[in-house]
Amino acid sequence: MKLKLKIWKQKNARSGGAFETYDLDGVAPEMSFVEMLALLNQTLVQQGREPVAFDHDCHEGICGSCGMYINGYPHGPVKGLTTCLLSMRHFKDGETIVIEPWRAKPFPVVKDLIVDRSALDKIQVAGGFISVTTGAAADANAVLVSKKKSDLAFDSAACIGCGACVAACKNASAMLFVSAKISQYALLPQGKPEAKERVRAMIAEMDKQSFGSCSNTGACEAQCPKQIKLFNIARLNREYYKAF
Amino acid sequence: MNKILFSAVSKKFVMALAGLFLLLFLPVHLGINLMLLKNDPEPFNSAAHFMATFPLIKVVEVLLFLTILIHVTYGIILQILNWLSRPVGYKVRNKSETTAFSRFMIWTGLSVLTFLVIHFFNFYFIKLGLVEGDPENFYSVAWQLFSIPGYVILYWICFLLLGFHLYHALQSAFQTLGLSNEFWKPVIRAISLIYAIAVPVGFAIIPLVIWLFK
Ligand code: SF4
Ligand code: FES
Repeated sequence: MKLKLKIWKQKNARSGGAFETYDLDGVAPEMSFVEMLALLNQTLVQQGREPVAFDHDCHEGICGSCGMYINGYPHGPVKGLTTCLLSMRHFKDGETIVIEPWRAKPFPVVKDLIVDRSALDKIQVAGGFISVTTGAAADANAVLVSKKKSDLAFDSAACIGCGACVAACKNASAMLFVSAKISQYALLPQGKPEAKERVRAMIAEMDKQSFGSCSNTGACEAQCPKQIKLFNIARLNREYYKAF
Repeated sequence: MNKILFSAVSKKFVMALAGLFLLLFLPVHLGINLMLLKNDPEPFNSAAHFMATFPLIKVVEVLLFLTILIHVTYGIILQILNWLSRPVGYKVRNKSETTAFSRFMIWTGLSVLTFLVIHFFNFYFIKLGLVEGDPENFYSVAWQLFSIPGYVILYWICFLLLGFHLYHALQSAFQTLGLSNEFWKPVIRAISLIYAIAVPVGFAIIPLVIWLFK
């Protein structure tokens, strides 16, 4: 496959940026999007040009670092996939692909396609934890959890903190992320004792990091590679009102 | 405490409650308007008179205005904050799958607000004595307005936009209040659809019926 790539290039957070266009030949349909970019960088290095900076790590959809905005879609046009699991067979030979970094005030561009997502970590640090040790074998026998709740908690714990929800949201809201983190604890008995402080602290931190508010538009749910559901946001709201 | 009262979630909570209160008011207003279809101005005028003078309604009226004020102010503040949350936009338009109506809430909302201001000049300010007119005969004021084609077209456009606003508004309010889940979501969506069609259509057919049959 031959591709035309228009990629956002930016030196650092303070400098301006612009698109640069690259022609790339020899892309195999079975390559992942991240592998395609690696091929591009290899070519660029061989030509003595500067490679494109982009984040990636696990290549199996669990670390959340490979986020980029591809042709108008965070993580690309296929639902339920991270950029590293998106294969090039979803693109046509000769296609022009425009790649931009996540855009949100709390996610400053570090370089090219890499943004600083530590604002999400700060929300997590504010309350996304349990203060006692839990989860050992004894717990499994002593604490009763229904199958339904444990499944729901597990589904929300699947959030990898990639920030695609923020990138997709017209308000750059982190509500889907926060709702996933809140739900994974709120649904389980171990999360109950600190539920109130947790939700208050995490929402306060979310506001402090200047994420937008939720207008229930649903772009986050559509783009989330882990398919975190909007119902989690309703649960987050409930948990918040209960904390008054 | 301030952090809690003015957090993004609390602001949305207030907006949702205010919005739902306004949703209760619309059918009442529609009920009175439907009396315009009678050839006798008496029932409409006496309903309008009752609404203007009955003490309890006075209290509700103050509440109504406060609600509109809160809903509009919070809506605008939140929208501005939301825009500020993305100072640098994307070059390629966001193609994420969204419910179309939800993306334009601020614009449909502002259109409805504009209509509301015109509406106040036509009726409410007459009642307050701020604008010339006969507050005892709103029936003829309404009929007069409906005889102006330009006004009716504007009226229809505004109600179409109100319908768009309401369809997202109702289901969104429930979600914001935390009253939505896998089971209830389709039910709430269906109710939103019925409401968002029935109420604006109810308002919009009044001038049409007057044109065609009166
Ligand atoms: S909710 Fe989904 S889109 Fe948002 S950070 Fe978690 S995994 Fe990524
Ligand atoms: S590289 Fe880890 S999720 Fe894509």
